[in-house]
Amino acid sequence: MSPLTVIFVVPLLGALLLALIPRNFRFVIRSLALLATFVSMLAAINMFCEFSKGDAVRGYQFVEQHAWAPSLGISYHVGVDGINLGLILMGAVVLFAAACVSWRITDREKEYYILLLLMGGGILGAFASLDLFFFYFLHELALVPTFLMIGLWGKGDNKNYATFQITLYLSVGALLVLIGLLGVYLQLPVGQRTFDVVALTAYFKAHPMLPGPQHWIFPILLFGFGILVSLWPFHTWAPLGYGSAPTGTAMLHAGVLKKFGLYGLIRIALPFMPDEAQKWVYVLSALCLGNILYCGLVAMRQRNLNYLIGNSSVAHMGFAFLGIASLSLIGLTGTVVVMVAHGFLAALTFALSGYLNDEIKTLDIAEMGGLLRRLPFIGTAMIMAMLAGCGVPGFAGFPGEALVLFGNWDRSGTVTTLAVWGALVIGGVYMLRAIRHIWHGEKTWPELNDAPNLWRKLPYGLLLAGLLIFGCFPRLLTDNIKISIGPVVRAVGADPTETTPGFMPVIPRSRR
Amino acid sequence: MQLSLLTLELAVVGLAFVVLLLDLWTPLEAKDRLSVVTAAGLALILALSFTLSGATPAVGFHGMFTQDALALFFKRFFLIAALSVVLMGWEFRDRIAQGHGEFNVLILIALAGMMFAASASDFVMVFVALELISVSFYILISFQRSRLHSLEAGVKYLILSALASSFLVFGIALIFGTGNSANFEALRFVGAKLALNKVFWLGLLMVLLGLAFKISAVPLQMWAPDVYQGAPTPVTAFLAVGSKAAGFILLLRVLLVAAPALAAHWSKLFILVAAVTILYGNLCAIPQRSLKRLLGYSSISNAGYLLLGVAALNASGAAALLYYLAGYLFTLAAAFTVICIVARESDDLSVLAGLHRRSPLLALALTLAMISLAGIPPLAGFLGKFLLLKAIIQQAPVDTAYLWLAGVTLAGVVISIYYYFGVIRAIYWAKQPDDLSAIPVSTPMRISLGLCIAGMLYLGIFPSLVWDSAAEAVKALKF
Repeated sequence: MSPLTVIFVVPLLGALLLALIPRNFRFVIRSLALLATFVSMLAAINMFCEFSKGDAVRGYQFVEQHAWAPSLGISYHVGVDGINLGLILMGAVVLFAAACVSWRITDREKEYYILLLLMGGGILGAFASLDLFFFYFLHELALVPTFLMIGLWGKGDNKNYATFQITLYLSVGALLVLIGLLGVYLQLPVGQRTFDVVALTAYFKAHPMLPGPQHWIFPILLFGFGILVSLWPFHTWAPLGYGSAPTGTAMLHAGVLKKFGLYGLIRIALPFMPDEAQKWVYVLSALCLGNILYCGLVAMRQRNLNYLIGNSSVAHMGFAFLGIASLSLIGLTGTVVVMVAHGFLAALTFALSGYLNDEIKTLDIAEMGGLLRRLPFIGTAMIMAMLAGCGVPGFAGFPGEALVLFGNWDRSGTVTTLAVWGALVIGGVYMLRAIRHIWHGEKTWPELNDAPNLWRKLPYGLLLAGLLIFGCFPRLLTDNIKISIGPVVRAVGADPTETTPGFMPVIPRSRR
Repeated sequence: MQLSLLTLELAVVGLAFVVLLLDLWTPLEAKDRLSVVTAAGLALILALSFTLSGATPAVGFHGMFTQDALALFFKRFFLIAALSVVLMGWEFRDRIAQGHGEFNVLILIALAGMMFAASASDFVMVFVALELISVSFYILISFQRSRLHSLEAGVKYLILSALASSFLVFGIALIFGTGNSANFEALRFVGAKLALNKVFWLGLLMVLLGLAFKISAVPLQMWAPDVYQGAPTPVTAFLAVGSKAAGFILLLRVLLVAAPALAAHWSKLFILVAAVTILYGNLCAIPQRSLKRLLGYSSISNAGYLLLGVAALNASGAAALLYYLAGYLFTLAAAFTVICIVARESDDLSVLAGLHRRSPLLALALTLAMISLAGIPPLAGFLGKFLLLKAIIQQAPVDTAYLWLAGVTLAGVVISIYYYFGVIRAIYWAKQPDDLSAIPVSTPMRISLGLCIAGMLYLGIFPSLVWDSAAEAVKALKF
């Protein structure tokens, strides 16, 4: 059995088992959820280490395929290459961390952990799937618990509004994607029709899709996936939704689920419809400036910490889109690194802000201040996360954003300059201001709980470790990514060899 | 005589007579045993249906009756639907003042009508089968004679159904007059000539109007919410599942067997009707507070989704329609069983408040049913909509109107998520009610709900078996 199957089936089986346990065995329920996510994380780490590197090994590894519904062209097919390798590792770590930080949930614990495991297992499965049906199916399976969790365990006055807004937005996005994917599937002649990504890739390489279908399928997929990733101007669900979501849900959605749209664009939209991709990148690069600049400016005005983080997370998605819009090897590699880095980062910041909210019962930045004295560990972790958020070298965001900007320079200097502005100046302003208002200052606090033992520190430590490891050794990711991105870039007409053969992203200097 | 063709129908009618006779000797306080006998009999007939095979179509009674894979698919469907309705009726027994035996008998007779409809291959047979269904429902809908709502619903159904039947029979007369035959195969044979005949057009349009009433599609949809709300809950369930499916099997046969040339010519009409039906049902459902009324509008929108399968005019569309119906059966059976147990005095959404504390099983079943209706994986409704959309988009190269139809469907699905989640919200989020007493759920209901949940999940995750049999069944339609 492929380790991929273990990674996503164990949480799903865990959810099923939890459903059978009576609700008063609270310790058993929590232990089982932790165990399932821990096994999944170990399997993911193990797979990451076992993954064979080097140009000699191309294509998918750890492949497993079984017939499912042969008459419909659906099969159970999982596999991993450089593009989803890092995503799956990141997703599994975030899932475990999300289960760890959920210890404060006491109301209807059983349902909470069932939904959390469904979310995590679903999205990990979607990333592992090499079959469009399961790709979509498992993502939807992960999406619905999000809505329920925000509605049931959410916080704030706008909870109900946020639930309906996020439900309607993301459902529209997902349904557009469904129509687009069905459109792709139907481009194959009768008899050869399949949802298998490998077969589809091979088919479209040999028989490029006709301009007519490309003309309507690509925009549907672009905006469908775009809504799921909070592409400006379809982003308004994100800050409000994350602001109202319980901590674990916000971590998983902002960190992992959101990357599904980007992954879909890279895996499906670009290689299958290269001609339209060439036409639409101009629109995309204009819209992603909306993410970077507009949402950055909105983040500057926020008084609520969760809304600030939510808006900054939307702004970060702009860099991922910018890398896709560059259609270059460096830029797309950067996008994948940004996806992984932002997964750790978003999960970490939402985990910490959730902790803060539980301790001081407010997220209003104006009411905070001087907290670092009482919460040294949480404070330090949050400051590191915020520095990572404004792209300080040493954290994984830096190599990603740097690669995106380098990759985009040839396409448009103006866009790149504006994006740099957004990243360095706007991002710097709101992050540093938040650090000052929350952690420094004269205000005194009564005794607060600062992650008293190692067990409570573990989730934050894991996520920080992810940021630092991939920040200091980005080649762990980029070496695999560039091999797998090569065919994508070649499909869209750019020549991946135009860069120097031994292309190596900048090794950032360590921060200290 | 080819009575062996009628095995299943004869068994159902025979069971009806047995129950009617048993009723004479059953004491008043033991009448609920009649439901048990009916259910057991139906289960036996269902098992019997699996010994038959429709691989080689058999035609009998001068071409009026066809026993093929398609007919068998629908007969099994109707048997399962009737079985779950009879169980619901057992749960409902304390709310029916008298006539428990007749209640079961009428369900069985309506079932026989549906099974005849599944095999009808002649317009005369279509009319007889539909009347058998309608007349049984006239009585069933107003079965709670002491409730004004029930009587009102019965009268509405009677008047509108009679109107639809008159359209149907007039249409049949015109078709017979122009085509010199009421037999589907014979009409198909002279189809090319008839396709130019305007009187034939009018006849077919009137037949379609009569069928639109049965499936509650625009323009004859307005009865559904009123009747659904007023009728006893088990009857509503049978109306929503059985009667609708009977309309669809007839629609498929009339369009694709009797008049395929004209059907292809009218593709735009079906696209329009499907789109309007989807939008009407979904938009009107938004403000509803009554659970049964909401499901009435939802049933209109589902008729619209099912019409996608007809409008696609291809084999995968028809097979997708069958698949969707199969999922719809389990979903609605679960929803109406829960309503049957919970909504005793009123069916306002507020009766659901705190249901997850009063009975987790009922809350789970209703939640899953709503999620399935909203078309979200891993439940049956998702795969059904997936397959229907696939069939529609497949036709896009033929006519771009199909893409617009897909867009309208998408809008409908998004709107529907709003009100289906409203039901879920009423269960989990609502202000806690004063009454938090546990709701007892009897063992038969537990089993029935368990089977419905299993069915929804099975159809949502493992499409292979049912899809293959649906694809096999629609071969009878000769695309």
